Amino acid sequence: MTSSPEHVAPEADHADKARTVLQRVADLRAWLFLAFLILGFEIWSRVSFGGTFLFNPFNIQSIAVFAVAPLLLATGQTFVIISGGIDLSMGFIMGLAAVVAAHVINWATPGMGLGFAVIFGALVAVLVAAIPGLVNGMLVAFLKVPPFIGTLGMFGVARGVAFLLAGGTTVPVKNEVFAALGNSRLYGVPYIIMVTAVFVVIMHYLLSQTKFGQHNYAIGANAQAARRAGINIKWHLLRLYVLSGMCAGLAGVLYAARFSAGAAQAGEPLLLDSVAAVVIGGASLFGGSGTILGTVAGALVIAVIQYGLVFINVAPFWQFISVGVVIIISVLIDQAQRRFSGGRQSE
Amino acid sequence: MTATPLLEVRHLSKNFGPVQALSDLSMMVRAGEVVALAGDNGAGKTTLIKAISGVYQPSGGEILLKGKAVSFASPQEARDQGIETIYQDLALADNLTIGANIFLGREPMRRAFGILPVLDRAKMAEAAKSTMALLDFHVSRLEAPVSNFSGGQRQAVAIGRAVYWNAQILIMDEPTAALGVPEQRKVIQLIHQLKAQGRGVIFISHNLQDIFAVADRIVVLRRGVRAGERRIAETTHDEVVKLMVGG
Ligand SMILES: Nc1ncnc2c1ncn2[C@@H]1O[C@H](COP(=O)(O)OP(=O)(O)O)[C@@H](O)[C@H]1O
Ligand SMILES: [Mg+2]
Repeated sequence: MTSSPEHVAPEADHADKARTVLQRVADLRAWLFLAFLILGFEIWSRVSFGGTFLFNPFNIQSIAVFAVAPLLLATGQTFVIISGGIDLSMGFIMGLAAVVAAHVINWATPGMGLGFAVIFGALVAVLVAAIPGLVNGMLVAFLKVPPFIGTLGMFGVARGVAFLLAGGTTVPVKNEVFAALGNSRLYGVPYIIMVTAVFVVIMHYLLSQTKFGQHNYAIGANAQAARRAGINIKWHLLRLYVLSGMCAGLAGVLYAARFSAGAAQAGEPLLLDSVAAVVIGGASLFGGSGTILGTVAGALVIAVIQYGLVFINVAPFWQFISVGVVIIISVLIDQAQRRFSGGRQSE
Repeated sequence: MTATPLLEVRHLSKNFGPVQALSDLSMMVRAGEVVALAGDNGAGKTTLIKAISGVYQPSGGEILLKGKAVSFASPQEARDQGIETIYQDLALADNLTIGANIFLGREPMRRAFGILPVLDRAKMAEAAKSTMALLDFHVSRLEAPVSNFSGGQRQAVAIGRAVYWNAQILIMDEPTAALGVPEQRKVIQLIHQLKAQGRGVIFISHNLQDIFAVADRIVVLRRGVRAGERRIAETTHDEVVKLMVGG
């Protein structure tokens, strides 16, 4: 018996190109959505105030500053969600880091001087943020605790510790360099945006160009296949949750810099925004898909909605409704797309 | 036969507590030979291949690889020595490309701008293309996730990965069971390809049609012992069925 070669039929190939194009469009949906949203606000702004929304540098900057903390949380959350998990503790890890940064910088400033105290305080805060991340990782990787439960427990622990360390109030920071980091600009660009941009690029690289990122996708899609391929899943998950803790840590440091104060509840309202940004950005809560680029768009969508609604003078509660609706739409699109293009092709 | 067999199993036995899943089983696979394992449910087929592939430690007997006695503490060790087991659904990460699946866990890296280490996707795609061509599957969609492919093609990807990493012996537990008829035919073609490349194949099947289409020999198990072994060219469906049910 001879075997006849298996050629892909030309029509199948054609249908396939269409599918690929559609896939690309779907991957970019958060960016498309962002563009429509901005266009909408632009039109509204011109019609009702006769002024521009988008081409006002103040607006752009405000939106970007607004997006910093949720985006930092969301980059870490993107990795966790792709792996098939979720990190609910990020908000309070962020608060914990903000309080730790405030205390350590206050303590170190007299001895080290302004600049070194900031560097030292930021490092300590990010390392402290890694500890709850490490515990999350151990719970999920070694004790097989579902991520939702394990990180929910850590949510409570980090919250309690942060409030205890802060003595129940906010901790003001007296350090001009730190305040400048949070509020000054270089060539018109705020430092915190530069720091965030660099960090996001590094996270994009980590997810899309390294073995760690590749294994993250594989584990999210089929943990058993990943294990069989020789990937050390426990070690991966441990590092993954440490990474997400450190993202929250950085967000906490930048928060403390911006307000010259550490507050335990700094990240409380941001956790859900971060999950929303990841989902709007095209990741699936079932794991296995998502990109940092999509998450950036997702975070910007949320920031534009929140800022834009204030800008056009709508009661602030509409923010919750709008963001909620966008999340639901994103999930529906994701499921439709899954049904359409995820289906196996038999020929 | 003069050449040393690729794989030889001598007097292998395996018990799970009081359950004797396999006793005194001997068989061999030569290079370029396809051996089918058949038998009723619970006959011990899966236990046999798991003992060969390092999942179970045999309770007795020995396994020889190219004439040398070996023992595998884990499936990884068996794989390192060229014995690869193809699983139906556990094998692939659906969201990754063919290349990424072939290299999963051992991704090649290159340096972007001469310094920054990044995944070498071009190399993965190239290897995917040539490996799949080796199996007579000509795929043009090297950037598509494997979820876009059909069951038979995915089976080919799993086999392709083993072939790329130079597996000498491929073990398949009911490779056609979950597939439609045209897809089954493709998997049979794949096994022909592997045979032509001089690899040894052991496959479990309930489908006598498949077995007679591709196997050189059939080993029939019954309640953990070898009920018989026949060269496919010298036996019939009837005889095989009789061996399976006993009598
Ligand atoms: N892990 C195990 N623990 C206990 N008994 C087992 C185990 N695996 C298989 N067996 C027993 O060994 C016998 C052979 O099983 P198996 O190798 O799965 O047969 P087959 O694959 O031919 O259907 C059966 O009686 C089965 O119940
Ligand atoms: Mg079985």
